[in-house]
Amino acid sequence: MWKKRVLALIILLLGAGIAFFVFKSEPQLNKNFATASSFLKNHPFRLGLDLSGGSHLTYKADVSSVPAGQVSESMNALRDVIERRVNLFGVSEPMVQVQSGGFLSGNTDQKLIVDLPGVTDVDKATAMIGQTPLLEFKTEAPAGTPRQATIGPDGKVQIDTGPQFVPTELTGRYLKKAVLEFDPNTGEPKVGLQFDATGTELFANITKNNIGKMVAIYLDGAPISTPVVNEEIPNGQAVISGNFTPTDARQLVGRLNSGALPVPITLLSKQTIGASLGANAVNSGVKAAIIGFLVIALFLILWYRLPGLIAVLALSIYVSIILALFKLLPVTLTAAGIAGFIISIGIAVDANVLIFERVKEELRSGRTISDSVAAGFSRAWFSIRDSNISSIITAIILFWFGTSLVKGFALTLGMGVLVSMLSAITITRIFLYVIEFVGEGRVARFLFSSGISSGVSKIAEVNK
Amino acid sequence: MFIIKYKKIFIGISIVLVILSFAAMVVFKLNQRLGIDFTGGALTEVAYSDARPAQADLNNAVGALGFGTVILEPVGDSGYLVKSRDLTDPEHNALLSALSENGKLKMEEKSFNSIGPSVGQELKYKALLLIILISLAIILFIAFAFRKVSKPVSSWKYGIIVVLTLLHDVAIPVGVFTILSKMYNVEIDTLFVVAVLTILGLSVSDTIVIFDRIRENLRNQAMVNKINFSETVGKSLEQSYVRSISTSLTVILVLLSLFFFGPISTKYFALMLTAGMFFGTYSSIFLASPLLVLVEEWQSKARENKKNKAKNKK
Repeated sequence: MWKKRVLALIILLLGAGIAFFVFKSEPQLNKNFATASSFLKNHPFRLGLDLSGGSHLTYKADVSSVPAGQVSESMNALRDVIERRVNLFGVSEPMVQVQSGGFLSGNTDQKLIVDLPGVTDVDKATAMIGQTPLLEFKTEAPAGTPRQATIGPDGKVQIDTGPQFVPTELTGRYLKKAVLEFDPNTGEPKVGLQFDATGTELFANITKNNIGKMVAIYLDGAPISTPVVNEEIPNGQAVISGNFTPTDARQLVGRLNSGALPVPITLLSKQTIGASLGANAVNSGVKAAIIGFLVIALFLILWYRLPGLIAVLALSIYVSIILALFKLLPVTLTAAGIAGFIISIGIAVDANVLIFERVKEELRSGRTISDSVAAGFSRAWFSIRDSNISSIITAIILFWFGTSLVKGFALTLGMGVLVSMLSAITITRIFLYVIEFVGEGRVARFLFSSGISSGVSKIAEVNK
Repeated sequence: MFIIKYKKIFIGISIVLVILSFAAMVVFKLNQRLGIDFTGGALTEVAYSDARPAQADLNNAVGALGFGTVILEPVGDSGYLVKSRDLTDPEHNALLSALSENGKLKMEEKSFNSIGPSVGQELKYKALLLIILISLAIILFIAFAFRKVSKPVSSWKYGIIVVLTLLHDVAIPVGVFTILSKMYNVEIDTLFVVAVLTILGLSVSDTIVIFDRIRENLRNQAMVNKINFSETVGKSLEQSYVRSISTSLTVILVLLSLFFFGPISTKYFALMLTAGMFFGTYSSIFLASPLLVLVEEWQSKARENKKNKAKNKK
C-alpha cells in the first residue's frame, strides 16, 4: 500500500514538474524570460505559419535536363542555396524542404517548399529566392593595399578580408560543374572544379599570374575557400583541397553546382498570413482548449464524482505531458494541429469513462470497491484498445500521405491518442488504488457511483 | 429494450436522413463547391483601417484589371475577401493597388493565398487516395475485429452492417455541410476531407465496441440456455449505451468549444466533426443494433421457409 502511495506521489510531482516546465518555457507567460536558462529558452512552442504569420511558397523545379541518377543531388543543392539565401535575408527559423513526387502523389514533379515565418512581404521574398547565386573568383590585392581591422562588439579583432582580394572576371557563369573527389593517397575529400572554354582560359591566366598566391572563391559575397596556387592550370580543372570533412566537401560541391543553378525553378503557389490573423488564431485556439478542458472536468466530476476527480487529475497530467512533448520533439503547431490536440483531450477521457463504467458494473454485481477497480481495469483494456485503433490507423495514414496541413492535425491527434491510452491506464489506475482509504461504506459507494443515482442499487433499478 | 422493439422506426429515420443528405448534395451541387485548395486560384483578404469602400466601386476597379471573374465578399467589420484565379506577383500588386484605390485607402493585407492549378489537381488526387486508403484500412480493421465467427449471425454480416453505419455516419455530416455551404458560402477545402476521414476513424470504434458486447453476451448465454437474439442485443445495448454516450459526449464537448471559441479556420471542421460524432453515436445505438436484429429475423424467416418448403415437398 505504501509503495503505491509513494508511486502516486512521485507521479504527481513529476506531472507538476512537467507542467512547470511547459509554463516556464513560454516567453509570454514569464516576465523575466530573458534571464531564463537556455534550456527553457530553446523550448517555446513552435508555431506554424498560419499562427505566427509568414509566407509559404511552393516552387516547381524543372529537372528535365538533369540525368535521372542526379535528381536528388541537384534538388539538395538547390535546397542548400535557397536556404542560405533565405538565411542572408535574416529570417528566423526558415524551413526549406524538397518534396519529391512519387508514385503515390500522382506526379513526379520535384518541388521545393519554402516557409518564411514573419515574412509577409511575399514579393520581396520571392525576389530574394529567385536571385541567381553568385560565385566569384578573386585574386590577392597588390601588396600595400591597406587592410582594415575593426574591433567587433565581442571584443575580438576582425580583419576585413574585402580589400585583400580584388575581383576577376571569372565567376560561376563559367563553371561547368563541381565534383566530390578523394585524394588517392590520403583519402582526404577534395572538391574538383571543371570550367567551360571561357572559364578555362580565364582560370589559366589567373593561375599563371598568381603562382604562390591565394585565389579566393567567394559565394554570395563571402569567401568560402582561399586556396594557394601552385602552378599554372591550363586545362580548366581546379581542385580545392583543405581540411574538409566529407560532409563539408559534399556541401561545397552542392553549393558550387547550384552556383551555376542547375535547376530552374518556377513559383507554383504562395500563401501569406498576416501576423494579426495568426495571433488571433492562437488566442482563440488557447481559449477553446481551456474552455474544452474545463467543461470536460466539470462533466467528469459531476457525473463520475470521486473517480471523475481522479480522471481530471490524470487528464491534467496528460495535457502537461503532451504539451511538453510538443515542445521537446518539437512539433510545429498549426490551427489544425491545435484542433487535433483539443479533440485528443476529449478522446483521452474516453479511456477513463470506459474504465469507470466497467468498475460501476462490477460494483453492481456485488464486489467490493477495490475488487471492482481491479476487475474494471483488466476488462476495460480491450475496449480501450479497440476504440482507439481506428483513430490511430486514420492518423497514421493521414500523416504519411497528407499535405503539411493534414500532417499537423494527424500528428497531434495520433500522439494524443497514444499518450492518452498510456496515461489513462497507468496514472488513473495508480491513483484509484491509492484512494482505497475511502472504505466500503455508503459514502464510499456514493462517491464511486455516477450520474443521477445516490448509490449502486438505484442504478441497477434504473437500468432494468 | 424500446430501441429493438421499434427498430423499424429507427432504421427508417436513418434512411430518411441519409436520403435527405444525398438529396442536399445533389440539389445544392456539392461537387461545384470545391475551394481553391482543389481548383487552384487566389484568395486575398484585406482589412481597411477606416470604413470599407462600397463593393460596387471596388468591383469596377478590380474588373478593369482583366483577371476574369473576380468575386468580392465582405468579411468582418471592415474587410473584403477577394476570390480570383491564381495571380503572379505583378498581378497581385495590381490587385492590391486597385483595392486600396491606388493607395488612397489605408488597408492591411491580412492573408494572401495563390494556388496554381497543378497543385490543386495533385491535392485532389491525394485526397482521393487518402479516402481509398483509409476506407480500405478501416474495412481491414473491421474484418480483423470480426474474424471470430459467431452464431446466429455470421461475422461478415456484422462487418457489412458496420460499413453501412459508417456510410450513414459520413453521409449525414456531408449533407449538413452541404446545407451550411449553401447558407454561408463555405467551400470544400483540405480540412473537409480530413474531417470526413476522422469521422470514419472515430465512429467505427463505437459500433465495434457495442457489437463486441453483443457477442460477449451471446457467448455467455450460449452456455446457459437457448439464445433469444433480439433480447440479447437489447440487453447489450442497455449495458453499453451510457458508456457510448458518455465517451462521445466528452469529444462533442471539446468539439463544441472548438467551434464556438476556436480559430476561424477550423470552425466548420469542428462543426462537421461534431455532426459526425453525434450521428456516429446515434447510429451505433439506433441503427447498427436494430439492423443486426433485422438481419437475424430475415435469416430465421428464410430458414423457416426452407423448412416449410422441404416439408411440402415431402
